Amino acid sequence: MMINTSRIRQFKEKLETKRWLLPALLVFVFALSLVIQQFELLDPYVQLIIMYVGINIILTLSLNLINGYMGEFSVGHAGFMAIGAYVASFLTVKVFPADMAAWLFPLAVMAGGAVAGVVGLVVAFPSFKTRGDYLAIVTLAFGMIVKSVIENIDALGGPRGFLGMEKLSTLPWVFFWVLVSVWVIRNLIYSNFGRGVLSIREDEIASDLMSVNTNHVKVLAFTVSSFFAGIAGGLFAHLLQFINPRAFDIIKSTDILIMVYLGGIGSIAGSVIGATVYTVLLEVLRPMGIWRMVFMPLVLVLLMIFRPRGIMGLREFRWFVPVRDMLASRLWREKKAGT
Amino acid sequence: MGANGIMLSIENLTIAYGNIKAVDNISLEVNEGEIVTLIGANGAGKSSTLRAISGIVPYSGLIRYRHQDLRGVAAHRIVAMGMAQVPEGRGIFGNLTVMENLKLATWQRKDKGEIAKDYERAFVIFPQLQKRKDQQGGTLSGGEQQMLAVARALMSRSSMMLLDEPSMGLAPMLVRDIFQVLCDINRAGTTILLVEQNAHMALSIASRAYVLETGRIILSGPGKDLLGDPRVREAYLGVDA
Repeated sequence: MMINTSRIRQFKEKLETKRWLLPALLVFVFALSLVIQQFELLDPYVQLIIMYVGINIILTLSLNLINGYMGEFSVGHAGFMAIGAYVASFLTVKVFPADMAAWLFPLAVMAGGAVAGVVGLVVAFPSFKTRGDYLAIVTLAFGMIVKSVIENIDALGGPRGFLGMEKLSTLPWVFFWVLVSVWVIRNLIYSNFGRGVLSIREDEIASDLMSVNTNHVKVLAFTVSSFFAGIAGGLFAHLLQFINPRAFDIIKSTDILIMVYLGGIGSIAGSVIGATVYTVLLEVLRPMGIWRMVFMPLVLVLLMIFRPRGIMGLREFRWFVPVRDMLASRLWREKKAGT
Repeated sequence: MGANGIMLSIENLTIAYGNIKAVDNISLEVNEGEIVTLIGANGAGKSSTLRAISGIVPYSGLIRYRHQDLRGVAAHRIVAMGMAQVPEGRGIFGNLTVMENLKLATWQRKDKGEIAKDYERAFVIFPQLQKRKDQQGGTLSGGEQQMLAVARALMSRSSMMLLDEPSMGLAPMLVRDIFQVLCDINRAGTTILLVEQNAHMALSIASRAYVLETGRIILSGPGKDLLGDPRVREAYLGVDA
């Protein structure tokens, strides 16, 4: 069994040198997004769609952490999104001075995410005391509660909705938050904590017996997930400049679920692809009118038949995988080829 | 390493699933340095006993590890107290690599340098696993999965190891290898509680053994003695007494 060590070393060097490309590329795209926004290089409608894609990527990633990586089933993500949207909007419209709103916008989005995260923590505690499908029921109920609570708060406009936000969500901001969420969730997944998350999906009892504090892991993962759903909500509110409780109903939660399973469970690349394909496809198919609501489910059914794990299920683009893990799998393949 | 001090003691343990008593008022103990085995047929209550010790099923009675009551202690805490586990059906994380499986067993440990030594040790004992370390756990053969399960238990550097049917579904040759490793591990200072259906193999390595039948302990004594006991020979070894 011969292992070609020089080839592996070459590969390692190539990987490490090539990795410089990534930050460079990101800075370039960020600059591009600034330029596009500044000089209106793209049609505002196209810009809008791109920002939708970005927001959906954040939502899909955050739900994938729970449904894909951890193997639990949450269906109430629109609820956390609503909390983020309303908290951020309330801050920029009612609390922050009008001339400062644009500067304090990141703070408002953060606050929306934080409140959603805290609520996520509160929801997670009782629901993870039990095993199995209870989380689906609890989060389903949670989504409904959030919607009816907002409908009954007059200060937030009740069922009429809340408006007065400036259009503060811009291409650079959305890009920035997408980057943050990809970075945070990717690093989380490849950490010791992340292995704990994956082991819960694989076999929860075995995970307990391997000394993983499964309760702790579940609650923390759910909190992180809710935080990012809240962030997406804040961005969404300041893009649409109008939110009402109906925008965050079960249909919205289902949309996020579809993007997760379309792109592929347990994959960052899958979340990005799923959110992009679904959002863009729905726009492209707009001329089909009512028929697109027939076409999209059909796509899903076909996908589940031919690729039950989604486009990228449990697989990953190499950019998202840390060098050490990539080297490991490369080594293994080299060895296999050598035998 | 002689028999000095009680490691694990179980008093009047009863486990009921609804109205059915899986384990009925049993008491047993494991002394430091011993290999104790719990044998019995299907449904005798062996695995239930082990699950109670691990903290994953409710029970009545008293289970003490190093004189500490385990009632109400979460499963992951019990492992961290020094009781490594090889769960029933191996409990391999199929979509994770061999290395990731091993890393998971060190989840609560912070001593990186020592963990690295433990990988080395595990790979010395199971060289086959080193060859497969970047392969997904689910793609290993049954024997390799069992090795992984034992190696994983070793990674937590525990003073005691609980095993639930390590021989299940393995060829006799592999069973012998695994049991040989268990003896080696025991000689290196780990106390072992082994639950087995393969009575012959289990009794031949055990310092002491308990025979369970429909939730009750019907026999106990040194492993070698039970191996010669006519009742055991007839019921579990398929030999006419």
